Amino acid sequence: MKVLVTGASGMLGGAVASLLVQNGHTVRTLQRRSSGVLGAEDVTGQLTDRRTLETAVADMDAVVHLAAKVSFTGDPAEFHRVNVTGTADLLRAARTAGIGRFVHVSSPSVAHIGKPLVGAAAGPADPRQARGSYARTKAESEILALGANDDRMSVTAIRPHIVWGPGDTQLVERVLNRARAGRLPLLAGGTALVDTTYVDNAASAIAAALHRIDHVRGLALVVTNGEPRPIGELLARMCAAGGVPGPRMSVPSWVGRLAGSAVETFWRGSNADGEPPMTRFLAEQLSTAHWFDQRQTRKLLDWTPEVSLDEGFARLADHYGVAI
Amino acid sequence: MVELPGVDPAWSAYLNVPSTAGVDPQGTVNRWHYLDNLPSIAGEVRGTLLCVHGNPTWSYLWRSVLAAGARHGWRVVAVDQLEMGFSDRTGRKRQLADRITDLDDFVAAAGVRGPLVTVGHDWGGVVSLGFAERNRSDLLAVILTNTAIHQDPGSPIPAPLRLALNGAIHRLGTSTTTAFLDTTLALARPRLAGDVRAAYRAPYRTADRRRGIEQFVADIPVGPGHPSHAELTRIAESIRTLDVPVLMLWGPRDPIFSDTYLDDLIRRLPHADVHRFEGASHLVAEDRDIAAPIFDWLNVRASSDDDESEAPGATTPLWHQIRERSRGPAAQTLAIADMGQDGSVAASLSWQELDSRVSRLAAALNRIGVTAGSRVSLMVPPGIDLTVLIYACLKLGAVIVVADAGLGPKGLSRAVRGTVPNFLIGIERALAAARLFGWPGVRISAGAVSPLRGRLLDVRYRLEDLLSEGNAYDGADPDADSDAAILFTSGSTGPAKGVVYTHRQLSAMRDTLAATLQLAPGSALVAGFAPFALLGPALGAASVTPDMDVTAPRTLTARALSDAAAAIDATTVFASPAALRNVLATAADVSDRGKAALERIEVLLSAGAPVPVTLLEHLQPLVPNAVLHTPYGMTEALPVTDIDLGQIRESAASTCSGAGNGVCVGAPVPGAEIRISALDRDGVASGEPTAEPGVTGEILVRAPHVKDRYFRLWVTERESSRTAGWHRTGDVGHLDAQERLWVEGRLAHLITSADGILTPVGPEQAIERLDDVRQAAVVGIGPAGTQAVVAVVEPAHGAGAISLAPTTLASAVRQAVGSEQLAAVLTVSALPTDIRHNAKIDRSAVAEWAAAALEGRGRKRP
Repeated sequence: MKVLVTGASGMLGGAVASLLVQNGHTVRTLQRRSSGVLGAEDVTGQLTDRRTLETAVADMDAVVHLAAKVSFTGDPAEFHRVNVTGTADLLRAARTAGIGRFVHVSSPSVAHIGKPLVGAAAGPADPRQARGSYARTKAESEILALGANDDRMSVTAIRPHIVWGPGDTQLVERVLNRARAGRLPLLAGGTALVDTTYVDNAASAIAAALHRIDHVRGLALVVTNGEPRPIGELLARMCAAGGVPGPRMSVPSWVGRLAGSAVETFWRGSNADGEPPMTRFLAEQLSTAHWFDQRQTRKLLDWTPEVSLDEGFARLADHYGVAI
Repeated sequence: MVELPGVDPAWSAYLNVPSTAGVDPQGTVNRWHYLDNLPSIAGEVRGTLLCVHGNPTWSYLWRSVLAAGARHGWRVVAVDQLEMGFSDRTGRKRQLADRITDLDDFVAAAGVRGPLVTVGHDWGGVVSLGFAERNRSDLLAVILTNTAIHQDPGSPIPAPLRLALNGAIHRLGTSTTTAFLDTTLALARPRLAGDVRAAYRAPYRTADRRRGIEQFVADIPVGPGHPSHAELTRIAESIRTLDVPVLMLWGPRDPIFSDTYLDDLIRRLPHADVHRFEGASHLVAEDRDIAAPIFDWLNVRASSDDDESEAPGATTPLWHQIRERSRGPAAQTLAIADMGQDGSVAASLSWQELDSRVSRLAAALNRIGVTAGSRVSLMVPPGIDLTVLIYACLKLGAVIVVADAGLGPKGLSRAVRGTVPNFLIGIERALAAARLFGWPGVRISAGAVSPLRGRLLDVRYRLEDLLSEGNAYDGADPDADSDAAILFTSGSTGPAKGVVYTHRQLSAMRDTLAATLQLAPGSALVAGFAPFALLGPALGAASVTPDMDVTAPRTLTARALSDAAAAIDATTVFASPAALRNVLATAADVSDRGKAALERIEVLLSAGAPVPVTLLEHLQPLVPNAVLHTPYGMTEALPVTDIDLGQIRESAASTCSGAGNGVCVGAPVPGAEIRISALDRDGVASGEPTAEPGVTGEILVRAPHVKDRYFRLWVTERESSRTAGWHRTGDVGHLDAQERLWVEGRLAHLITSADGILTPVGPEQAIERLDDVRQAAVVGIGPAGTQAVVAVVEPAHGAGAISLAPTTLASAVRQAVGSEQLAAVLTVSALPTDIRHNAKIDRSAVAEWAAAALEGRGRKRP
């Protein structure tokens, strides 16, 4: 199969492109800078440039769409331009080019309305209730994508939850930096049960969606490792793998009482890329339960995660040269 | 009619009905509204349920019955009585007799034919009974929900009704305002949804529309002078001869139609099947699903006769040994003794004295009105008085009600109230509680109660007076298959249930115990565990109650135990794990004489709760020659299996097929059989009973000493006996190749993860083997079928409120369980246990804590 992967310079996009190459597919990637994926044809350019999109989809059989503006703050118009308009344009270009399979990579946050999720189903994307520009525009783009599903082009939405792995700058690096500075707090005793996804598993699920598109067309599926753990335990293991001291296990009770805003203050502050490392949205993600019912996902994709949490943390430690 | 939630618009119908009621002028035609599910029935109609609502509801009350009826092929016709619902407001004051005639007129006009099942609620219950009693030839069955047919002239009518009838309040409360309507709707448990409340109010929007509510209240026959009183009394008497099947579904939290009224109805219709929905109130049709039980019941009762064809074998009454020994060579030897604080016998009776005292007390109780079938609540601590009381009641055929303080004040009160005892015999503390909680029953005081306190506590008789009467009881022994006792479950899973035993079943329990422990008449035992105090004399064994606060087992000291053993040269000891734990803790205080007495013990039975093996191991040196037995059983079947310490050690090393994953409780006791009903993928025990080793499922028991039924819990009884001939225990486990049973937990505590079903006991045992762990509970949280598995651990030290386990403990626990499936390991300072035994971990409560903590919404304080 000839597959276009957008956003391949990111950790997950790169992993998806590499996996597809490994599986013998012809892979073209589209992103702002070079993807660095061996064996793939690189197209560099913007999602917002229609000419680039036309070039990128030409002669392809399938599209895996990961490119998005992922950030916690920023100009809402910019989010809309990249995530909504960009997706709409890509869908149009794909249709024109006669593409038969389209895997839209989304996020569970599109259906997240701030309540604890306990063994939850995927739920419909809801832009009105989604929190922050990222989640809102991702919700809109998912609705666009699934709306484009028809007899000629099969579209599915895959929502991996909290993807992490070696080389992860979004979560792992930030957690380690904060822990290194001795300022990694735990909310509500760190007991919130949270699902995460090791990057290789997210990639293999997306690849599975490509193959099993007939089973999942028109659907949105949450993908996780299926091993929910208390957030305190996850952060501690991340720190151990990174060779830095773990989070303080007890937080003064006033922190708990002021949870919402206090967290934001805790997480805000200077860091390298100039953007507040976490907003209330992510703080909520990390302090209330977020775990999902994976039965339908696994059945429809005929897929199970290959890398367990234990194995994932071992690989992370290996990446940092830490013996655990 | 407007569209209403739960009602198919096709059911709503109107009918013009010519009236023959006395209150209507000749030629009157009244327009009725009613609901009829006939349009929804596809196939053949099996019969018709005629549903009559009370005040101030309307046919809407029966919508769940209409819906279910359509599915089961039963036509359900629910009328709006005249002046009520959407039926005519005639403006005439209808009395009870009119309303029954009204119903006759409606049925005639509607052309409804038999077979008929009447269904009634509230005052509609009375109307429906009046109709049933007049239409016997068409009548198939009678179903009643919270209603009443008789007001005991000796007791006041319920306070809320007195208030509603008060002249000043009456009109204001019933028709001028919606107070009566609102109050009734507010009785629903749980609260009614807004649209349902609105539906109930729909026909009663104006004061004119509510006039019927006012008149209905006015028609309550409060006394003999009331115009409807004669009709009510006539119906109340005539239903005694109704011989069709009767089902009563009751909400015991009803402030008006309490258990007292239910009990009165049962006395008039003693063959009735009864289910009390614990926690449900007046609007029982709203509070619980009554429709499913109704059609299940109709299937059972209306189709075939219940034949209990089993030919009963010969049996001897429970007091057989008392009678035999009192007439034999052992007549003057010690039968029963109470120990004093000084280590010597404080009081005792020989077999002859025991027999004579039981007989004289039976006669005295009979004189004051205790007869066959009377329920007598006994709230007397174990000892001679209680033993004599128990056997006297049993001899009379009275039913003893044994609810203990271990249920907690609320549970105890619920239990006593629910059994509606006719007599309540108690020590002062119990009588005070009876007064406080308003328990029913004629009061008889046991032990010292001053005359003043006695008057204050409503004491009518004193046990010591009754005991001093001289006549012997010469009545015949009660029928072996009549009710003998109601015992209560510990309520560790839901509200405590009353368990009914017949005389035959009690005798079977005695015989099973004798065979299991090889206790021959003439042996001697220490009864450190209350229920067995009752069985000592039945076994023909001399029994002694040690000096302890028997309501608190942990007060039994080693000294008190050894003194008691020495006093009668005991060879057998019965005690609970809590008592044994304290015996062990106080072992240093035993005298030399006591030590010698303990060395003579041959059998020690630890009963009432699971006993940790380590406790038995530590206990063995104290009773070096005793075989330490620990039976497995439940209030519904005591005992089911038995195992001793040696066999426990053996089982731990066993490698036979099926061994492991659970607590080995040994092989079935003589006369008992065990089968397993395998679990399906959803955790439902749906398998055919099997004895195959290694199959996990619900444990089924068959034995002559299994309970007769649950008390007034028809639905629960039906579920527990749905496999004919077997009692479904609600416990989960498996058998091994040597026919030993391994218990894996409660059915209610199964964990259904995405990987399959997990039972808690196996992993809990693995965790509890860790050094720094005292206890552990393994529970599932989240939606069934995709639950996350959580271990909540009580470490030996250093834990507070529920929180994440330290990393080292967490990984040790994960390793112990031997899998990656534990989502979280939490610690807590103390796991919740049941009140009665302080031994069974309340996993449901643990799961709630864990779920709250793992939601991340802060911590619930355990």
